[in-house]
Amino acid sequence: MSSPETPTKTISDFEAKLAEADKTVAQFEADDASTFNVIKGVLRRNPTLIPAAVLIVSYLAFGLVAFAMDHGNFFRGTVLSTILQQMTVVGFIALAQTLVILTAGIELSVGEILIMSALIMANLGVNPGEPEIAGWPAPLAIAAGIGIGALMGLLNGILITKIKLPPFIVTLGTLSIFRALKLAYSHSESVRNVDIEAKSPLLLFFGQGFKFGSFTVTFGMIGLFLLAAVVWFALNRTAWGRHVHAIGDDPDAAMLSGIKVDRVLISVYTAAGAICGLTAWVAIGRVGSVSPIAFGDINLASITAVVIGGTSLFGGRGSVVGAVLGAIIVQLFTTGLSVAVRVDDYWQTFAAGCLVIVAVALDQYMRRASK
Amino acid sequence: MTQPIIKARGLMKRYGTVVAMNGCDFDLYPGEILGVIGDNGAGKSTLIKALSGAVTPDHGTIELEGREVHFRGPEEARSAGIETVYQTLAMSPALSIADNMFLGREWRKPGILGSVFRMTDRARMNAFAREKLSELGLMTIQNIDQAVETLSGGQRQGVAVARAAAFGSKVVILDEPTAALGVKESRRVLELIQDVRKRGIPIILISHNMPHVFEVCDRVHVHRLGRRLCVIDPKKHSMSDAVAYMTGAKLPDDVNEAA
Ligand SMILES: Nc1ncnc2c1ncn2[C@@H]1O[C@H](COP(=O)(O)OP(=O)(O)OP(=O)(O)O)[C@@H](O)[C@H]1O
Ligand SMILES: [Mg+2]
Repeated sequence: MSSPETPTKTISDFEAKLAEADKTVAQFEADDASTFNVIKGVLRRNPTLIPAAVLIVSYLAFGLVAFAMDHGNFFRGTVLSTILQQMTVVGFIALAQTLVILTAGIELSVGEILIMSALIMANLGVNPGEPEIAGWPAPLAIAAGIGIGALMGLLNGILITKIKLPPFIVTLGTLSIFRALKLAYSHSESVRNVDIEAKSPLLLFFGQGFKFGSFTVTFGMIGLFLLAAVVWFALNRTAWGRHVHAIGDDPDAAMLSGIKVDRVLISVYTAAGAICGLTAWVAIGRVGSVSPIAFGDINLASITAVVIGGTSLFGGRGSVVGAVLGAIIVQLFTTGLSVAVRVDDYWQTFAAGCLVIVAVALDQYMRRASK
Repeated sequence: MTQPIIKARGLMKRYGTVVAMNGCDFDLYPGEILGVIGDNGAGKSTLIKALSGAVTPDHGTIELEGREVHFRGPEEARSAGIETVYQTLAMSPALSIADNMFLGREWRKPGILGSVFRMTDRARMNAFAREKLSELGLMTIQNIDQAVETLSGGQRQGVAVARAAAFGSKVVILDEPTAALGVKESRRVLELIQDVRKRGIPIILISHNMPHVFEVCDRVHVHRLGRRLCVIDPKKHSMSDAVAYMTGAKLPDDVNEAA
């Protein structure tokens, strides 16, 4: 033990050398520029290039197969247009799913929210029970449907954050609850296309469009790309988007960084619900009528699209563009297998399953490569 | 003596049956660098988490500049001017350095881009982050847009310290800020601590590195078994005294509790 006189202040001698330390930002020769490394580096920085490349390559491949098997021209505008029309609804839901999966959550009740909102829009707008009496004005009916969608999302968010249950359990439960409610509300009855056309045609807006030669552009497609742009902006250019990523990455770190985790999570599930509500409007236009039992497995389809697009189910990393590309890829395989290859329907499902597994395997490989 | 900036009395915290704080007192005075030392598991991190709003104590009071405060979360302590570097660093690995530095207090673009569209001003945030890292001598970070997960452990710690030093306006709390740092970077952190103090901001420094603590601190709070054992003056006590107190090898007799 030392006496109080001996000072304990020590600046170690070895630290004296610090005065001579190099003061510039580190720079290195670019590493080995073999093509493989360059490609790997580019893909690591722009992960959405993978689904984009998959999309283009498989589109060309289907075209060649169709040509070789003499199954007609796969590259004609109608085929591409059909693919894009058929993926629109899944694409919308995949955007909602992306928001949730980025927070390391999962939303299984998207399909039920979608149908509930669609039923409310159609029933309020058309008033099918009383053919003589008009329904609500279409904009009001649509707003009500979107509002109900947001409310159902809000309920999911509150259960997840306030009762602190895992998103999988909560949305598995609300999946059944919303399903029962929709059947009770609709008495298991559809709203027919003729009634919608006669009494509330605005509900069909997103199914309409215009033609470029043989290529039909629907307002649904345009809507999808607009919404994707909005979601991309919110996720990448606003503080809220950074918080969504941070929460999915590490919720404790996000909390310690001063993010109100519960509030952001509730906003995410509410936004996802509202997007499902908006999608209801798109789906009515696409299908033309509303059946309470449609879109039963769109929750899995949307998760498939999101995963194929390169978003990690562990949260924090993902891409909006990837989700849209993922939805297009799944539809391309479905259509391609039936139109270009002409195999039975079940092989389409088989292909979708393979796609998910390959996509995740590729994603894992890329992630390991970057370590 | 002047009024403490932070004054805590009788803090208790249990995690199930584990007692992390057992009637802990704490004082931080204006303009000082206060060292906090203690064994692993003594409850140092729990104490500073209570001060920074990350943990709600079961009992006890915390006063900030004489007013009792009840932080409901770290964001409230942060807006009161208390900035903390946690032992676990609290960074989001997939986000960039600049994103992490500004997490929860992002700057928005001027004009309607910021006010209506809520667009963040990334160029300005990146420039600020780069400047702060350079001040800390973290020259080995090549790209400010790089994800934090691609940094080394010490570089991460450097970013966390730079964040706290840049934004702390009333108190800066550092929980083992040099544990993973190299010689040069540790030295810069110690200099930075003194710079922050020159701005009139008091600092709480938790560290197991006795030479560092004894070099920069004005007073040293010795923590043992979930409470403050004593506060010693590093000019009047040796490092071996401090180690003896915090490990229970020796009881502080002549030490005045309220020193
Ligand atoms: N989240 C938690 N859950 C349960 N027990 C905890 C938790 N955090 C801390 N503890 C317990 O509280 C006690 C004090 O922990 P604390 O982290 O405050 O110690 P410390 O003094 O910071 O130690 P170190 O020097 O190792 O960082 C330990 O016994 C620890 O096991
Ligand atoms: Mg600790």
